[in-house]
Amino acid sequence: MKQEENTRVWRDYQKEIADDHFFYVRSCIRQSFFPGSEQFFLQLMRDVLGKDVYENPSHTTCTGIGYHGDVVPFSTIQTVVARHYALMKESGYKNVAVSCVTSFGIYTEILETWKHFPEELEKTREFLYKATGREFDLPENVAHTSDIIYKFRDEIAARAKYPLVNKLTGEPLRVVEHIGCHYSKMFPKYGVGGAEFPQVLSGMVESWGGQIVDYPERRHCCGFGFRQYLVQANRGYSLSNTVKKFSSMKPYKPDLVITNCPGCNMFMDKWQYTIKEMEGLTYGENGESIPILTYEELAGLVMGRNPWDLGLQFHMVQSEPLLRKMGIEFDPSDKFKTKDGRQMPIPENLINS
Amino acid sequence: MEKFGFSLTKARVIDYDANDRSIVSYILEREPSLNLCIECGCCSAACTTGNFTGFSLREIHILLKRGENDLVRQKIRKCMLCGKCILVCPRGVNTRNVVFLAKQAFTKNEGYEF
Repeated sequence: MKQEENTRVWRDYQKEIADDHFFYVRSCIRQSFFPGSEQFFLQLMRDVLGKDVYENPSHTTCTGIGYHGDVVPFSTIQTVVARHYALMKESGYKNVAVSCVTSFGIYTEILETWKHFPEELEKTREFLYKATGREFDLPENVAHTSDIIYKFRDEIAARAKYPLVNKLTGEPLRVVEHIGCHYSKMFPKYGVGGAEFPQVLSGMVESWGGQIVDYPERRHCCGFGFRQYLVQANRGYSLSNTVKKFSSMKPYKPDLVITNCPGCNMFMDKWQYTIKEMEGLTYGENGESIPILTYEELAGLVMGRNPWDLGLQFHMVQSEPLLRKMGIEFDPSDKFKTKDGRQMPIPENLINS
Repeated sequence: MEKFGFSLTKARVIDYDANDRSIVSYILEREPSLNLCIECGCCSAACTTGNFTGFSLREIHILLKRGENDLVRQKIRKCMLCGKCILVCPRGVNTRNVVFLAKQAFTKNEGYEF
């Protein structure tokens, strides 16, 4: 294939990402388990890049976990999402920035449903109006927050204090990128690179100096999958998927994993603890586990932010081995201290610490 | 082992790199006719044990070649070594000797008693 043809085909795999004025919707999991990620995203967008990002305090869960767990009907979730669009309209915004991959999948699924089944859109308008008296417009642009970081990856690279290079060896860090299934596997046109060549995380890593690890189960599910996790007795299925993925990446000796999905991040992080307890297996070098970071946490590290301000201590697998490789200076005694210097309780059984 | 209320399921993928091929190598050294097997299944059709149980000599041959020894170890206990399979084999494989050598290899390599 000629170069021009290649370029043309690749252009078809790109998506349009808004430049400014975002209506930001948070993630249930991320704001609870990795609070530093969303905090840093807002700080980066507002204070560093000078963008307008608005959060509405009336925003609620998208009910995606209940929907994929078969307890929330489709008409209900459509009305909940319609309410979010109504809040966006009331606040005067047209571009929605979604923090969660599940919510992103829900938003895109519903937009596609309304496109192909306009009667569903009319029904939802009626439900929302009767329930709340609100009206809504469809968004002009739907972007996942990883899309936005991807768009501004070079601006972040220009401010890099610690590029993704192993200071001990001088080699680029080996990074596994894991993209949530609901990002682009359902509706490829909404993801950068589509379902076949999702570039959203690999683009960031390469731009910040790291090396992407390509391994056999690169596109395998993390194991979360909602329904198979919600019932305790079924969790072995979820765990087995995670083991398959980690066993596949282990020979390539990754230094870290980055994900753009809250569920993937939580499960790849916490299942490493479970696997270690159950089977005594670890997947990193020297018997350590592999740190699992969000893309915002990685961006924050690259830009030289304090790892404890980014909330790395809230992960099950601790990041100290990675911080040493990157040459980042940190104070271990500050790890579990509040902003005003009070000591918080130190969790037991943390891995890699 | 920590009790979590669930357990790990082993993947059903056949991992040729990780599987142990020592048993089949032992057999092939002593009974090279196993290489001639085309997995036609005549042995399984003629097998008396296979008539009454799930035992299949064709399956045993495939599992041996894949190195899935755990399954072979359990299944070959059912063979009565009657030799009817040898009589019907169109390729002249000494199938009884394959089972016999497999048992020998498990005993020699792993100390397994049949």
